[in-house]
Amino acid sequence: MIGGPQGSGINASAEVFAKACSRAGLRVYANIEYHSNIMGKHSFYRVRVGDEDVRSYRDNTDILVALDHETLAGDGDHRRWATHFGHLHQLNEGGGVIYDSEIDFDPSQSGRPELRFYPVPFMEIIKKALEEVGKGEQARRYEVMKNTVGLGASLALCDYPFDLVGEVIRGQFKGKRSEVGELNVRAARLAFDHVRDNFDADGFPYTLKPGPEPKARILAKGYEIAAIAKLKAGCALQTYYPISPATDESVFLEKHQREYGLLVVQCEDEISSINMAVGASHMGVRASTATSGPGFALMVEGIGFASITEAPGPVLVLYQRGGPSTGLPTRQEQGDLLFALHPAQGDFPHIVTAPGDLRETYQDIFSAFNWAERYQLPVIVLSDKKLAAIYTTIDKLELKYDQIDRGALFTGSEWTSVDAKGPNDGHAANGNGHGNGELKEYLRYALTKDGISPRSRPGIQGGRFWSTTDEHDPDGHITEGVEMRVAMMRKRMGKLALVAKAIPQDQQFTLHGAADAELTIVAWGSTKGTVLDSIKVLEAEGKKINFLQCRLMRPFPAQAVGDILRNAKRVVCIEENYSGQLATHIAAETGFLIKDRINKFDGRPFSEDEMIAAIRGALAGKTEAVVTNVR
Amino acid sequence: MSVSAPVKLTIKDYKSELHNDWCPGCGDFGILTGIQMALAQLQLDPDKVAMFSGIGCSGKTPHYINAYGFHTLHGRVLPVATGGRLANTALTVIALGGDGDGYGIGAGYFVNTGRRNLDFTYLVHNNNVYGLTKGQASPTLSKGKRTKSMPEQAIQDGINPIAMAVAAGYTFIARAYALDPKHCAQIIARAIQHKGSALVDVLQTCPTYNDLYTKEWYEGADLPEKKSRLYKLEERGYDGKVQDPSDPEEIVAKKAAAVARSYEREPIPIGVYYEALLPTYEDEIYKRIPSLKDTPLVEMDTFHRDVTPLLEAMR
Repeated sequence: MIGGPQGSGINASAEVFAKACSRAGLRVYANIEYHSNIMGKHSFYRVRVGDEDVRSYRDNTDILVALDHETLAGDGDHRRWATHFGHLHQLNEGGGVIYDSEIDFDPSQSGRPELRFYPVPFMEIIKKALEEVGKGEQARRYEVMKNTVGLGASLALCDYPFDLVGEVIRGQFKGKRSEVGELNVRAARLAFDHVRDNFDADGFPYTLKPGPEPKARILAKGYEIAAIAKLKAGCALQTYYPISPATDESVFLEKHQREYGLLVVQCEDEISSINMAVGASHMGVRASTATSGPGFALMVEGIGFASITEAPGPVLVLYQRGGPSTGLPTRQEQGDLLFALHPAQGDFPHIVTAPGDLRETYQDIFSAFNWAERYQLPVIVLSDKKLAAIYTTIDKLELKYDQIDRGALFTGSEWTSVDAKGPNDGHAANGNGHGNGELKEYLRYALTKDGISPRSRPGIQGGRFWSTTDEHDPDGHITEGVEMRVAMMRKRMGKLALVAKAIPQDQQFTLHGAADAELTIVAWGSTKGTVLDSIKVLEAEGKKINFLQCRLMRPFPAQAVGDILRNAKRVVCIEENYSGQLATHIAAETGFLIKDRINKFDGRPFSEDEMIAAIRGALAGKTEAVVTNVR
Repeated sequence: MSVSAPVKLTIKDYKSELHNDWCPGCGDFGILTGIQMALAQLQLDPDKVAMFSGIGCSGKTPHYINAYGFHTLHGRVLPVATGGRLANTALTVIALGGDGDGYGIGAGYFVNTGRRNLDFTYLVHNNNVYGLTKGQASPTLSKGKRTKSMPEQAIQDGINPIAMAVAAGYTFIARAYALDPKHCAQIIARAIQHKGSALVDVLQTCPTYNDLYTKEWYEGADLPEKKSRLYKLEERGYDGKVQDPSDPEEIVAKKAAAVARSYEREPIPIGVYYEALLPTYEDEIYKRIPSLKDTPLVEMDTFHRDVTPLLEAMR
């Protein structure tokens, strides 16, 4: 773990460390906690490394690198209500604390005198590195390299081969900045040597060795995978309004818009973002947007608009964060499920899916574009701050998800009067005197058998149509007629049943583990990895637990989920929100009420330890809210 | 129904068969005719025209036009039309809406659209009232005015859309009068032809709810000399066109002149207030993605992208 004030580069050093481990064949799971602040407030980055898959973080750490006093002792000394109490309490027994020797800190007064403390003269080392290249007097300008010093020092402590890291550092500083890269390698090396020479690092109980299979896996963040899925799916337009933690995805796409010919538009607000994307979808391109709760709250009318006009999109990635209102802008919560399920007035069809990890994020976002066009409706992919920001190894990204399906298209040649005739397309049903069986022209909202009307787009000869957010007839003109209203509602809502049938079961839900378990955990989204890691630990103790991961939220696989739950011995629903929104949704969809709910709503994701303790509690018949141990 | 290009298109070709439900004598009819006349004048293929509208009486306009028509949300017509335009730059995009739609609920989009200078046209049906909800004050009604449908006088002042458009960055700013469809059509045709964001604020009567600014009022029937309360800018030697768009001083001078004219009351100037050929949003996009210049986004093959370089960089 590395902690320091925002702007001090803890991300860079944690990510270099993570990458060096990944390249050496180890598996990595790294996550960041940061404030909604540009510079100065406390942030910290955890990196967990293992030979086997790691999908969650632990409460405690073996090594802490502290760039400032607050990382050690918290902010109680300068805030009326302390935000946190530092990280010393989160060190494993015998763990090591590397800190800047300029920090006014007395280990004997720390409350953890048994830990191993390694005061390192950060600035001196930076100065030395600069002296080696004749820039000794510029040390203060390079203060930001403290993060690199911390990185070098921690590598020495866990006896990790330095060369693996040097290469990664150089990779971070390419082109013009390669000189700075070399400087960072020097600083890291000097810190590495300093710890080796001045401390008994050999006695440190935690070591890190390159993995058995030194093949490079992909080490990615969730928002990068989301962006890549959009590129692969043929997304042509991404609109966005800056908001944490969704912005990164759009900025990543914008960075690559020239090479991939994907247009990224920064809008004046989220209302504009969604409506631009709806306009572009109707115009025939694959369009998408990304936002977080507060932005989504503005977008909702656009979702109703897209749905009633049967727009073939857009795809919306909703990165949940702590609510309500502005809430906790940079913190974790699964608090927008019910909102995403019912975002706007009236009854209308849309798809909501909630991938549980990076692999599923790729699959669901890629598929979302196909679903949007095939069923002509908007699709919401629920992600969250944690999924957006975790930096983790992926064995392989299933790029086999490459089948593009643009749905039924009107091309201008094959249209016949028979095709336009829907089950209700009788004379009386159509207010404009059409529908008498003699139709020759294209009808955008033709009442077809399956409710899908082949779509045209502006510019297509003979495919002209109208579209309105009012209730409408097959022409797309406004109607308030009873028969047409009923027919159109059935046409639109009926599409949900088609979607439910078409989406593969493994993209709808997964029952992990044996069918006969003493406890069935129900969870969704980014807690997936934490639940799986926890079950692994508990299974080793002989506990029989399985895990129902809900993924497709609308249309909801009510029958299958209901059957699993009704056959379960005991069920607990674990969520990172206050009320248990999935449990509420399941009750509404299946009639099965999950009374045992474990909720965490403190803005921090479950650690593996917290999850294990919660499950143990559930096994013992005790379910209560979980609060991160901040003391 | 499709019309091939060589045939001479007439106003009839731009009329849809739908029964019109506007009130008799509504100013919307004049604007509708003005649009159809302009489309015929420019001989635009109906299949290559996309009309976008907001919500309200004016929002129904696309339904009466034989072209691709999108009747969208209240106040959001500009973002929707922007998305449409970005997706297919080969089409003519016309957005329209009421004064409440554009200058009230949609004011943010009105301003930010001007900043972009996307190549499309925005027509505002400006009748000073919210017609479809039975005559409340719109954002263009002046303080202290009260139409017969209002329980009280307007408590806040109206905005000046022309001056706002100048400040926002529209590069073609004009005003027309709905009951002079011929002149209106000329202005709309020029707006469509203009390369950049064009605003046409169309003064419009609402015979049902606005008893202040009626046909008679605009015609000056109540004035002793019975003189129209409108005059045409071009007839008084006013030229709002920037001759040298690379000259910032000329731009400022022309903008200042346009703003000064926009505050004239009785008579109210109609015609083109300001016009400048400046780089459009599309021009900026083409600099970043040159292939879009010849191939609209909708025609581009976005389905065979090789993402392996991105994944390789993550190893």
